[in-house]
Amino acid sequence: MADTGRATVYSICVMCTVRCPIEVEVENGQVKKIWGNPHVLGGRHLCPRGAAGKVFQNDSERLQYPMMRDGERGEGKWKRATWDEALDYIADKLKASIDKYGGESVVLGDRGGGFTDLQKAFIKALGSPNYLNHHGACSSSVHNAHNAIAGHRRNTVAYDFKNCKYTVLYGRNILESIGTKEAKDFIDALESGMKFVHIDVRWNYTAAKADRFFIIRPGTDYAFNLALINTILRDNLYDAEFVDRWVLGMKELEEFIGPYAPEWAERETGIPAKEIRAIAHEAADLKPAVVFNQGWMTAWTENDYYFRRSIYILNALMGVYEAKGGLLFSKGEAAAGYKPVKMLKPLSPKVDRKRLDGVGWKYKHLSEDYGMAQMLPYAILKEDPYPVKALICYRFDPLSSFPDPAAYLEGLKKLDLLLSIDVNYSHIGWYSDVVLPECTYLERTDPVLVKKGPKPALWLRRQAVEPKYDSKPKWWIFKQLAERLGIGEYFPYNTIEELIEWQLQDTGIKLSDFDEKGVVSLSDKQILWDRKDGLQFKTPSGKIEFLSSLLEDNGIPSFPVYESPKKPPKGQYRLVTGKIGVHTQGTSLNNPYLNEIQSENTLWINTGEAERLGVATGDTVEVSVKGVTQEVKASVTDHIHPEAVFTLHGYGREIPLQTRAYQKGMRDNTLMKGLLKPTVGGNCPITECFVKIKKKP
Amino acid sequence: MSDYYIHQDQKRCIGCRACELHCKTTHDVPVGPSFCKIIPVGPEVVGGVPRIHFVFMPCFHCEQPWCVAVCPTGAMNQRQKDGIVSVDRSLCIGCKTCITACPWGAPQWDKETGKVFKCDFCKDRLDEGLEPSCVTGCTTAALKWVTPAESSALRRERFAKGIAKDIPDR
Repeated sequence: MADTGRATVYSICVMCTVRCPIEVEVENGQVKKIWGNPHVLGGRHLCPRGAAGKVFQNDSERLQYPMMRDGERGEGKWKRATWDEALDYIADKLKASIDKYGGESVVLGDRGGGFTDLQKAFIKALGSPNYLNHHGACSSSVHNAHNAIAGHRRNTVAYDFKNCKYTVLYGRNILESIGTKEAKDFIDALESGMKFVHIDVRWNYTAAKADRFFIIRPGTDYAFNLALINTILRDNLYDAEFVDRWVLGMKELEEFIGPYAPEWAERETGIPAKEIRAIAHEAADLKPAVVFNQGWMTAWTENDYYFRRSIYILNALMGVYEAKGGLLFSKGEAAAGYKPVKMLKPLSPKVDRKRLDGVGWKYKHLSEDYGMAQMLPYAILKEDPYPVKALICYRFDPLSSFPDPAAYLEGLKKLDLLLSIDVNYSHIGWYSDVVLPECTYLERTDPVLVKKGPKPALWLRRQAVEPKYDSKPKWWIFKQLAERLGIGEYFPYNTIEELIEWQLQDTGIKLSDFDEKGVVSLSDKQILWDRKDGLQFKTPSGKIEFLSSLLEDNGIPSFPVYESPKKPPKGQYRLVTGKIGVHTQGTSLNNPYLNEIQSENTLWINTGEAERLGVATGDTVEVSVKGVTQEVKASVTDHIHPEAVFTLHGYGREIPLQTRAYQKGMRDNTLMKGLLKPTVGGNCPITECFVKIKKKP
Repeated sequence: MSDYYIHQDQKRCIGCRACELHCKTTHDVPVGPSFCKIIPVGPEVVGGVPRIHFVFMPCFHCEQPWCVAVCPTGAMNQRQKDGIVSVDRSLCIGCKTCITACPWGAPQWDKETGKVFKCDFCKDRLDEGLEPSCVTGCTTAALKWVTPAESSALRRERFAKGIAKDIPDR
């Protein structure tokens, strides 16, 4: 970091949670330009949101100083506080809650992602098992499906797009919900001849480049996959050697799959049977350089879990695990011959209280890494399984990301302390008692990130410029709270440099080793396990379990009979949401440059349906569900299924301090009434939302 | 004379607008104007799939720039050594004649200063041996900094590879 002159700082972006490696040009203590880190990306490529980080850092409409509520919750009356005032207040409230109700009465809600150790360490040291993150509204069903079937998370395997020859994407808008490297690799693969099939309820920029594109009846992606599996088994298209060695439950799969022929799926999905057969054969011809992408968007139905399982079944049948062009296992420090990077969480004693959301005891097949944050308001209201009195939200905004914010708020009202720590103004912050401003990613150094993958590396987010305003880094905020709460010993550092040196102590790597490239590679080449004997599936059997012991042992069937998704009641439509390349849902909407490109969302309506409704592009429509109405402009298009309407998620911000995004477009999650609930996969059934549409008089 | 060209590979372009953002953050362009723009045209169904064309619109830095010809003060000028067309803001009087003259909408209006500004192919970066920001930052390397002749060669090569693939017994 330099106060004068020019400097180059390598760091990690967080304009979205892909966290691309970046190169920051600094001049006279100011961010001059942000690029992709060429040492990792092979060039200075960086998505538009990453580039726009510069104006985010300079924006006056971000959190500037600690604020304490000076009126009722949500009333929007605030007073500026000093850090000491705010931290003392929070510590007193937390202490009171812990003394009276126990450590489990405190909950930490996190955005999740790579940098979670500090937050997890903090809540654990307080004696609470209640770490929740946003995945219940995102990819929980995918994580949990892969966990039951292969003992892995969604992201403990990487797609080898560079060498892939055939890909099927299900609503995974890979070219609009951009990770810089992933998008570039995908385009490189297309240029090298990779074929891909895109399935979605609507067209998008990814679909525009597909070899085959089908608009599927909403919620029937699972039926499509069942017919693929049916064809693969019937026509003997699977990788027999791989399946014999690594798969348990083929017999049960065969018994189950009989009725699900392509003709059946055609009636269910609208995709022609001959196309389904062709896709099964095309994929099989190119296996194992094939990826059935697990995705995480569009099909969050009640049975989403079984749909995600079917994706992993297809991947296993094609033998893609650890195959060139398929799914490659992520490896960490040990696989590369290094001692592990030290983490804070293991330092404090084990917590044996059960979780508030039932994960791990009521729902034994679901992972505690994600939890089910949708259960929090009910636990608070019913004091079941015990009283919950304090919520710390670290970049966690359930009122934006989860369905039905009104229902969520009902629970939050009963809290004794609601704290939000964020860089942005958030809906949860607006209702909080105290808001603490974290400094932006350009203004702070974070603990070391172990970037697991086929080629593991250590990455570092490094401070490029001094914090603007009275904002502080995360490591400092949690350390300050820990000291006040008598758990300081579990945070053995005074500066971030001390913390990093402690983390790296056993690895032989030094902080200065990050200077040159921003990352430290742990292996020059890909580490690949032996496909015959070396694959590590962390299931009880060590194999891929189509018949899952984790499910069967907990009374959950591995192969329940297919249930057709609900059709919208007459005059109603299924609301589906998604993303575009210039925004990270609600968090970037107020960015001056990104807002300039897409300041509002619209509602996509199928042409035929729009005619029946008398709606044309540009008309304002009222979208309503059970007493909630949102207004938005219509976009009429041929390229959406008539049962569905689509909008971009996260618009309709209701924080007046965000002047550019305030009340622009419609707030989709307010329409998702009654959808704060658990499903078998741990996800909220976000797309089980049926809306009425009327042209505004 | 101008021997620069930004080649846009349509097959690689994903319409993400990173070019616009890298441009704006390099030149600190205020909200409103934009030195380059991606214009999505479509979708239109071709062979069963709705395709879209992302048209990249920077300044083309014409060999005979009409904006320079009509500028009454000499503010709009063409750099001798390489033909880059840019504005000397100290001379611009805000008459907007260049905006009228340019058929492609390249000159942009800066309402804060009442003057015109525009794409200069990042000439300060070029002088340092770098490429324009839109090219450098492009997410998928769809934009390439080439000569017009190289762009023609790239197009020929792509076409040739495309037809060769369809010859059955190559």
